[in-house]
Amino acid sequence: MSTAVRDQSGREQSGPRTGTMAQALNLALRDAMRADKTVHVLGEDVGALGGVFRITDGLTAEFGPDRCLDTPLAEAGILGTAVGMAMYGLRPVVEMQFDAFAYPALEQLFSHVAKMRNRTAGKLPLPITVRIPYGGGIGGVEHHSDASEAYYAHTPGLHVVTPATVADAYGLLRESIASDDPVVFLEPKRLYWGKDGWDPAAGVEPIGKAVLRRPGSSAVLVTYGPSLPVCLEAAEAARAEGWDLAVLDLRTLVPFDEATACEVVRSLGRAVVVHESAGFGGAGAEIAARLTEKCFHHLAAPVLRVTGFDVPYPPPMLEHHHLPGVDRILDAVARLQWEE
Amino acid sequence: MTVLDHRNDPVAAVPGWRPGATAPRTDPAPLLPDPEPHRALGTGAADAADPELLRELYRRLVAGRRYNQQATTLTKQGRLAVYPASTGQEACQVAAALALRPQDWLFPSYRDTLAVVARGVDPLQALTLLRGDAHTGYDPRATRTAPLCTPLATQVPHAVGLAHAARLAGDDTVALALLGDGGTSEGDFHEGLNFAAVLHAPVVFLVQNNGYAISVPLTRQSAAPTLAHKAVGYGMPGRLVDGNDALAVHQVLTEAVERARTGGGPTLVEALTYRIEAHTNADDATRYRQAEEVDAWRAHDPVRLLEDALRGRGLLDEQLVADAADQAEQLAARMRAEFHTDPELDPMSLFAHVYAEPTQQLREQAGQLAAELAAEAEVHGR
Repeated sequence: MSTAVRDQSGREQSGPRTGTMAQALNLALRDAMRADKTVHVLGEDVGALGGVFRITDGLTAEFGPDRCLDTPLAEAGILGTAVGMAMYGLRPVVEMQFDAFAYPALEQLFSHVAKMRNRTAGKLPLPITVRIPYGGGIGGVEHHSDASEAYYAHTPGLHVVTPATVADAYGLLRESIASDDPVVFLEPKRLYWGKDGWDPAAGVEPIGKAVLRRPGSSAVLVTYGPSLPVCLEAAEAARAEGWDLAVLDLRTLVPFDEATACEVVRSLGRAVVVHESAGFGGAGAEIAARLTEKCFHHLAAPVLRVTGFDVPYPPPMLEHHHLPGVDRILDAVARLQWEE
Repeated sequence: MTVLDHRNDPVAAVPGWRPGATAPRTDPAPLLPDPEPHRALGTGAADAADPELLRELYRRLVAGRRYNQQATTLTKQGRLAVYPASTGQEACQVAAALALRPQDWLFPSYRDTLAVVARGVDPLQALTLLRGDAHTGYDPRATRTAPLCTPLATQVPHAVGLAHAARLAGDDTVALALLGDGGTSEGDFHEGLNFAAVLHAPVVFLVQNNGYAISVPLTRQSAAPTLAHKAVGYGMPGRLVDGNDALAVHQVLTEAVERARTGGGPTLVEALTYRIEAHTNADDATRYRQAEEVDAWRAHDPVRLLEDALRGRGLLDEQLVADAADQAEQLAARMRAEFHTDPELDPMSLFAHVYAEPTQQLREQAGQLAAELAAEAEVHGR
């Protein structure tokens, strides 16, 4: 399977097109590798197979096995090797096969990738992008569905980026690879195959900017990554209940676009933070606390959270009970103290 | 009775058959370390060695011994927060530095500040981590010396990745990673060596087996025949060397670096040495090892072994002894002078290098600290 968009004569198409997030990510890697010879992709099965999600499809064919490297099956080794490559001036893009498979690499990520710029007083920045397919909703068995963003967002020195649209997948990945700081790039795997119309040349808002995906006048749903489509669906369903909900897509957890989030929350006075990872100690706790601290006098109700439960990720036949859905979101909206 | 006939078996009929391989199984015999560690001092190899190399090793070993003493003293005076001494391991430290060329990279652990200094890094800069004023005091790129690494063996894959990148660039650069016996139990040691062999990276691993990981002796750390034997499982040669024999370590490392440089791939070197001092100044080694053992290793001292060899060749003249002592004292005096005063630190530097550009949240926190400092200054000014 080729993810490149081609016209009838086989040339790759430029300009506006309809495609999946997987195709957009593949194109971002391809364009980044064409634009910059120091960009190297490495990971498990990224070569001939094109990755288990085919995000690296065709890269070894075009750039050779050194630029898109099939590594031994060892995540700490992959990321540690990428650290050394970056120390020598390369710009590695690491693929972790699944969210929970990235955990063996956490020591390299936390002790070295996140800290190297700081511990060398800026002498040794590490321009590494760590791509991690994350989250549930695809019927994956144990260890294939973790929403692990809180671990990364809690670690100073890392940027944490998570696109929710096809256009963002391309634009944010290109910007992540070009960044001189390490980026944990979380790809919502249940959105890989969603199609959308987009134009690579159009550009997107930069890392660190939240985007209002839907305006509204009643309350705002603050979300990111895999929960964005759920929130948009909930906002649509809320119209029947008489609520006109705005939906804010954070796009990056670090840096957190506090200014935009606070502006929206102050204007509406009611907010619900939505994510699928566990609530306790999750990103939503930080976001809700900040919104409360900064917007207190504009709030008509406490900032509420809708999250996955504080349980290990369930077996696939039970995951729909764990993941926040439209009903759980609307229940929270109903609790935003509407009565006069 | 059935006799299995493999002649018609398309898999098992191929000599050296195995799944997923484009090349047959390899012969482990050439990768095996010699039964006894390589020694040079007191052998014909020392008689044939370049006299100037022996003198240089001697001057540096004497200076290295003095460096360890001075750093330990500075700890007792409160001038260093902590110091893991490499006393007894000076031959490994010095030989590691001398085996490298300027374009090569050193990946030291926290006990390897002497190797860093021997490589040419200023002692004050090499010791900021242990003084406590900065995590890394030198410029890793300018000195081709990675930051001192505290989490055990995590620097091993870094050395591999750097060597791999250098090889891809066509550069004549070799990486040397230093670690200890305890580090070989870590997963990153395994993963790093496996990557190095698969990638055929120009990298050398020097395990300074000093007998103890803090208090745990080698026998509780590994049941391998020797740590050098671990190399065979990865498909790289393992070399065993007397780590207190400076000439032998220098020879083995020089050979391994040359092998890596000329496309021969990685080498694992195990140097047998001994940590004469405790793990750090905060450790009490009498709780886990006998004085007799320490005394035996004091008699197998790297400086004395080299002195004996020099004397045997008539090279240990008054001039050399005086020069070595003089250089050592100059180094110690410089350390005393430089560490005598407290460093001037800028608290605002906390926020300077977290990211290329501080986030909004960090700018706010920097403002908070600035306000705290201003309030403090006002109180003190009153």
